[in-house]
Amino acid sequence: MNRQTANIVVLGLALLSLALLWYVPGALAGALGLVGVVLAAYLRPSMSVRAGALALLALGFTLALSQVPRVNILFYGLVAVLVALITIPGVPRWIKALLGIAVLLVSVPIAGFNNTFFLELGIQIGIYAAMALGLNVVVGMAGLLDLGYAAFFAIGAYTWAIFGSPQAANFLSGSFPLPGNYFYLFMALAIITTAITGLLIGLPALRLRGDYLAIVTLGLGEVVRVLANNLDHPVNFTNGPQGITPVSRPDIGWFHSLMSSIGVELDARTDYQFFFYLLVLVIIGIVVLVNINLGNSRFGRAWIAIREDETAAKAMGIPMLGTKLLAFATGAAFSGAMGVIFAAQRTFVSPESFTLLASITILGMVVLGGMGSIPGVILGAAALTAINTDILKSFSEYLNNLRQAGVLSLPSQVEPAKYERLVFGVILVLMMIFRPQGLIPERRHQLEIEEAKEAQR
Amino acid sequence: MKRLGIVALGVFALGLASAQSNVIKIATQSPLSGGQAALGEQIKLGAQLAVEEAQARFQKLGFRLELAPYDDQANPDTGVANANRIINDPDILGVVGHLNSGVAIPSSEVYARVNLVMVSPANTNPRVTDRGLSNVNRICGRDDVQGPAGAEFAVKDLKAKRIFVIHDKTAYGQGLAENFRKRALALGAEIPNSAFVGTEEKSNFATLITQIQAFRPDLIYFGGIYDQVGPFAKQLRERGIRVPILGGDGLDASEYERLAGADAAKDTYFTTVAGPISQFPKAAKFAQDFRAKFGKNAEGFGVYAYDAANVIISAIETAIKQSGGKKPSRQLVAQRVRLVKLSGLTGEIEFNSKGDIKVADYFVIHLDTGKYAEQKLLKKVSIAAPR
Amino acid sequence: MLEGLVALLPQVIFDGLLLGFVYAMIALGYTMVYGVLELINFAHSEIFMIGAVVGVEVFRYLGPAIPNGIVVLLLALLLGAIISGLMAMVVERLAYRPLRARGTTNRLVPLITAIGVSFVLQDVVRFIEGLWHNEFKLQMRVIPPLDGNFTFLTVFVQYKALILILVSLLMLFGLNYLVNRTKLGTAIRAVAQDMSTARLMGINPDVIISRTFLIGGALGGVAGVLFAVQYSTIDPYVGFFPGLKAFTAAVLGGIGNITGAMVGGLVLGQLETLSGTYLPTLTGGNFGTEYKDVIAFLILILLLLFRPQGLLGQVVKEKV
Repeated sequence: MNRQTANIVVLGLALLSLALLWYVPGALAGALGLVGVVLAAYLRPSMSVRAGALALLALGFTLALSQVPRVNILFYGLVAVLVALITIPGVPRWIKALLGIAVLLVSVPIAGFNNTFFLELGIQIGIYAAMALGLNVVVGMAGLLDLGYAAFFAIGAYTWAIFGSPQAANFLSGSFPLPGNYFYLFMALAIITTAITGLLIGLPALRLRGDYLAIVTLGLGEVVRVLANNLDHPVNFTNGPQGITPVSRPDIGWFHSLMSSIGVELDARTDYQFFFYLLVLVIIGIVVLVNINLGNSRFGRAWIAIREDETAAKAMGIPMLGTKLLAFATGAAFSGAMGVIFAAQRTFVSPESFTLLASITILGMVVLGGMGSIPGVILGAAALTAINTDILKSFSEYLNNLRQAGVLSLPSQVEPAKYERLVFGVILVLMMIFRPQGLIPERRHQLEIEEAKEAQR
Repeated sequence: MKRLGIVALGVFALGLASAQSNVIKIATQSPLSGGQAALGEQIKLGAQLAVEEAQARFQKLGFRLELAPYDDQANPDTGVANANRIINDPDILGVVGHLNSGVAIPSSEVYARVNLVMVSPANTNPRVTDRGLSNVNRICGRDDVQGPAGAEFAVKDLKAKRIFVIHDKTAYGQGLAENFRKRALALGAEIPNSAFVGTEEKSNFATLITQIQAFRPDLIYFGGIYDQVGPFAKQLRERGIRVPILGGDGLDASEYERLAGADAAKDTYFTTVAGPISQFPKAAKFAQDFRAKFGKNAEGFGVYAYDAANVIISAIETAIKQSGGKKPSRQLVAQRVRLVKLSGLTGEIEFNSKGDIKVADYFVIHLDTGKYAEQKLLKKVSIAAPR
Repeated sequence: MLEGLVALLPQVIFDGLLLGFVYAMIALGYTMVYGVLELINFAHSEIFMIGAVVGVEVFRYLGPAIPNGIVVLLLALLLGAIISGLMAMVVERLAYRPLRARGTTNRLVPLITAIGVSFVLQDVVRFIEGLWHNEFKLQMRVIPPLDGNFTFLTVFVQYKALILILVSLLMLFGLNYLVNRTKLGTAIRAVAQDMSTARLMGINPDVIISRTFLIGGALGGVAGVLFAVQYSTIDPYVGFFPGLKAFTAAVLGGIGNITGAMVGGLVLGQLETLSGTYLPTLTGGNFGTEYKDVIAFLILILLLLFRPQGLLGQVVKEKV
């Protein structure tokens, strides 16, 4: 398809979708819009058409969401626009940034205020994306297979949960819970504690070869979970399986005033959700910056060298243990910080959130997106979180509606919402067999593959 | 992108699900899959029966009443995720749920954000209502009464001196076991630290059974759910240990008999906050309708879920009238629920200021032949909720 | 209570022996696959679980028809071995071989694939059982004479436990014979030692690898059937922990070493049962029974730190 045709098709589709989304908002219009985004990304129209189409579609989704807030596919349309912005080449950076910020700070909140589920989804995606970026440093860049990543998440979450709730009064004197604003301090503290834990675990573990490291980290992940579940006697540190609740949240009086001054009124339903949403955005921004800088630094290159061929890297004089430890500790630190946010946002923690499934899920996000690739990992996080939190359950609801309408009757053990493992498993296997470099491969992998293709010709 | 394909599946459902203003839904949250599904399914079905019986009345008021069941998989994360979906569906005016206290507690915090009322047919952990949330109520008893009730029965009626206590490390099981132990010790029973054990083991109880053998108890108390206690009982009996087992309402399911085998289920006692249907004279018709509609017997919490749903339904009806025939706000419904005075199938329902039912019944059941259907009611006590 | 527990030591050791044999048989599957492919076959724990499910279903359907427990058990073992073995071969063919063909040296990829397969199998079995019987927990109905028992020197011995020991020993000796005395065994050992040289010697590695999976899978299946008979309640996720511990056992004995896997399994079974029984009493209830799972991992970690080649393994130098 030549450029002219592509331009016409994409632009036409975008305009049509916009019209439908404004006048007949609903799932079908949303589907059409999604098709528009996909075509804008794949058909290679000219740069301005691309940018224009994406902007029109984003506008369309926003307008539709303000009218029918409960149609989830419209939200995914916005996510698709964001992903397209990250991945398509050619459009100047300032346009991408502007459009991206508009979607994140205008469209999503508009959708979210009418349906806080979107803010919740956004927050979950953000938390897992930040963690996946952390694991990306360990697995994606340095090639160290860590199957117990949820352990650091747990440590971060419990650090705040214990001190930000009456729990600490069980073994320390002093007034607990600490006031909510200690939350920020604890984020920094969690970074330090998890980094130190990462170092402690890494010191013995990282001397091992790949597979053994995987098993050891898996074992350690389980050990942390069992400890969280059992450290309620003799001294009650973690309150065992009952979990810790309620966990304090930071004060947001200042946030209320700030929002009012720009004309946004918050109520009990939306205030904390919106606050955490914005906080998570800020954190992801920081994490991405740190990742990019690390990736371009000599540490990043050292990690990639270790990942590609450890023996050669050793021969080149890269200090094995030190470099690996740095990767491990960095990854742990990200996880710890997100753990604190996780605990504060849900106001409760229980050991059940930190199982092997959680670790593997985060690993799946990295693998699905593309090991070592920052946009890829974010996409992977968005995709798996959306599947887990929303899509499977919506599918279940859909089947349930069918059953209530008398059309279909499945035994209750077969409802889709339980089959997340199946979905993850299939994704992992298919990705590894057919596209191990991920959905959005790291630059280096991309070059390798292109080189391999060249060589074959 | 491949995501499109997956999302397309949800398209039709979501597209069709636009909020019509004359639909009122009652949601249920309980485990509908996994090891505890037998108990959770009863909650859903009981509520479903109540909803279907009330549909005609609501039609006259101009509303369509529906049930929106959710599966919380006995997992707090899933419960909270479902809760977030529930609060964003403006048609849902009340929730019947949960089964597990560890799931109810965080989920109810989510409901509280929008004043969505929750009436629990089965959550027995005291913490559920002790937090004083105005939207949380329960029509069943509490573990700080059920546990001691079990202890009284164990020491006074079964004359047990040495008791080995096991729990399943959940909010429910551990809470119940701790309450039991406190009262049992106060009554003079012997339960040293080494005889108070928590375990998540589901298959291989050999090490636990050996400890029991060494301790030589008169009674084993297990705060847990049937999917764990059943296999435990089976392995225990296989070893030839015929010490009676006493448990809580987690054993109140015919699945217990299936998992343990009728022979091993013999000599099992349990306290429960959900009396057997035969106890409730008004429930005979309910039991018949239940069986006719769903093809299985009402057991466990089925009739309690029915009453819980009716509490919400009657509150909604009052609220509709108060709002002049329009769809009421969730806050109003929550207020009316707290003020409700209903003659339910399980007894008189009235809530105190914390949301506990004013007077709750506790039953002690004996499976003397091991068959669940032949259970014998040994005792029934009505106790006011603790302040 | 401590004296009572000490008096029960023979019982505890016997229980540990039973558990140990189960771990040993599962560990064999791990160690054989690792030997030829240097891959941790995460899916093996599900192969074990499939064996257990087959066992339950055989007893469910054939039990009423054939009143003799021994016969039903033999059929279950046979069917379990065949189905699990075939499943293992299918997994190898579909999920692992395409990766080998690509020739990547990246160790992450096959490992992640194995994890994915593991998850898929768990949920597929759950789905099948859900659709077929609408059950999540499957109950094994043991029939006479398997449910008999006797007491020997204070140890309570069930007939089914004896059968477990007997079958395990047979399988272990059989495997030993196969690996050390037959042509197939020699081929497997050759491929494990050096795949390219073996190929030069005229051995087709793909075929041998396939057979290795078959044998390992069959052993896992047998272990599954015996597990189901012994502990009687299973669900689709029952493979996870035993699989992990069996892998620990394989590493404990020296990964790649078959005798090591047997030894490792028995040792781990003993340690787990001993710690599970005595830990609570020794620590006054502070560290309960549930820490026994942690014991396995701690052993693994300590082992890998100080003696990564395991008890019976040899240190392998990594060549460039």
